[in-house]
Amino acid sequence: MLAAILYAIPFLMQGLLTTIVVSLLVVVLSTAIGGLMGIGLVYGPAPVRWLVRGFSDIVRGIPILVLIFFIYYGLPIAGLNLQPFSAAVLALTVFKSAQVIENVRGAIGSIPRGQMDAGKAVGLTFAQRLAYVIAPQAIRRFLPPWINGVTDAVKGSALVSLLGVTDLMHAMQQVIGRTYNALPLYVLGAIIYFVINYGLSALSRMLERRFSYIRE
Amino acid sequence: MGYHLNFNLIWRHFDKLWGGLVLSLELALVSIAIGIAIGLTLAVIHVSGGRIVRALIGAYVEFIRNVPLILLVYLVFYGLPTAVDISYDATTSFVATLSLYAGAYLVEVFRSGLDAVPRGLIDAGKAIGLTPWQRLVHVRLPTMLRITLPALSNTFISLFKDTSVASVIAVPELTYGAQWINFNTFRIAEVYLVVTSMYLATGYAILLALRALERRFVIGR
Repeated sequence: MLAAILYAIPFLMQGLLTTIVVSLLVVVLSTAIGGLMGIGLVYGPAPVRWLVRGFSDIVRGIPILVLIFFIYYGLPIAGLNLQPFSAAVLALTVFKSAQVIENVRGAIGSIPRGQMDAGKAVGLTFAQRLAYVIAPQAIRRFLPPWINGVTDAVKGSALVSLLGVTDLMHAMQQVIGRTYNALPLYVLGAIIYFVINYGLSALSRMLERRFSYIRE
Repeated sequence: MGYHLNFNLIWRHFDKLWGGLVLSLELALVSIAIGIAIGLTLAVIHVSGGRIVRALIGAYVEFIRNVPLILLVYLVFYGLPTAVDISYDATTSFVATLSLYAGAYLVEVFRSGLDAVPRGLIDAGKAIGLTPWQRLVHVRLPTMLRITLPALSNTFISLFKDTSVASVIAVPELTYGAQWINFNTFRIAEVYLVVTSMYLATGYAILLALRALERRFVIGR
């Protein structure tokens, strides 16, 4: 069994690299896109709010797996032929953006209205109010659930193996296909995922404790 | 471009999708039922148990919550039978996996629910002479269930969506039905349009039904 694990390690590390790259891309893109859309949902004019609300509700109502297949197999009819890697990143970004939108909405919603009014009263522009008044307070409420959501990106990235992207999950499958030694490989892979995600959720809990003083 | 959507072949094989949707719902229902049993039992044990028991339950919860579902599905279906002398079909294996998965999430839900039962209710139970067991069955659990109902509905809806992962071990649920039609008709875009709408419509129908149930039973905090 030890030999099987030693044999597998280099392949798994290669796959892990892809898992990390996919997760990082998804987290960065979705935070930017979801952040903007979240601000649109809270402060935007009615049509923007409806669009963002509709986007978020639809995306959160579809299984991630179906979203991945839909984007990979469905977009080509709109003339957009994506490589498996890009399709996977796009699908997970769409899924994760919807989550970030809700994180932003929750974080901003927790801040008393008076803060925005006070900013207005001292003559700050909208961008200044957002940057100097709302954001510094909202970030404490935003960070813990957002980091927790990063684990969803890492876990969701395991589904990209189904498009043939060689991430950690797919690397495991490939090694098992050669060695027919399934259990130790799956357990090893589970441990790797566990270490990454447990680290992230521990960080999330730590931040939550650190910011707990703002609980009313 | 120049691709023309053609849904005829989808309707001809619609029984695959309809049957898949029914199986998806069944998988979610059975899994949440077993998951509730696991979650309730472990939550009660956790609240009253010693340190070692708590650590074991914590390990189970953290392991399941931090590993991708697809990996758990493979682990139970392909991995376990190579080590232990058991055999099961794909559907049984998936139900076992999804139940364990649901159980891990529900332990946490029920644990915080039990914490949220007002002390005064438990004291009132003591005052009228209920035994600890009677207090659990007649006071703490019913109150806790009404507090946790919204979290339970959310869990059920995510489980319904998670049943799509069963397609990777060829359980003939909705996503697998979509793949079957792909392989046989190549109407890939159409089938995913239809299947996505089916997941959305069913998800919302469940959501509305459960919200109505919540309005009837939930205790406001």
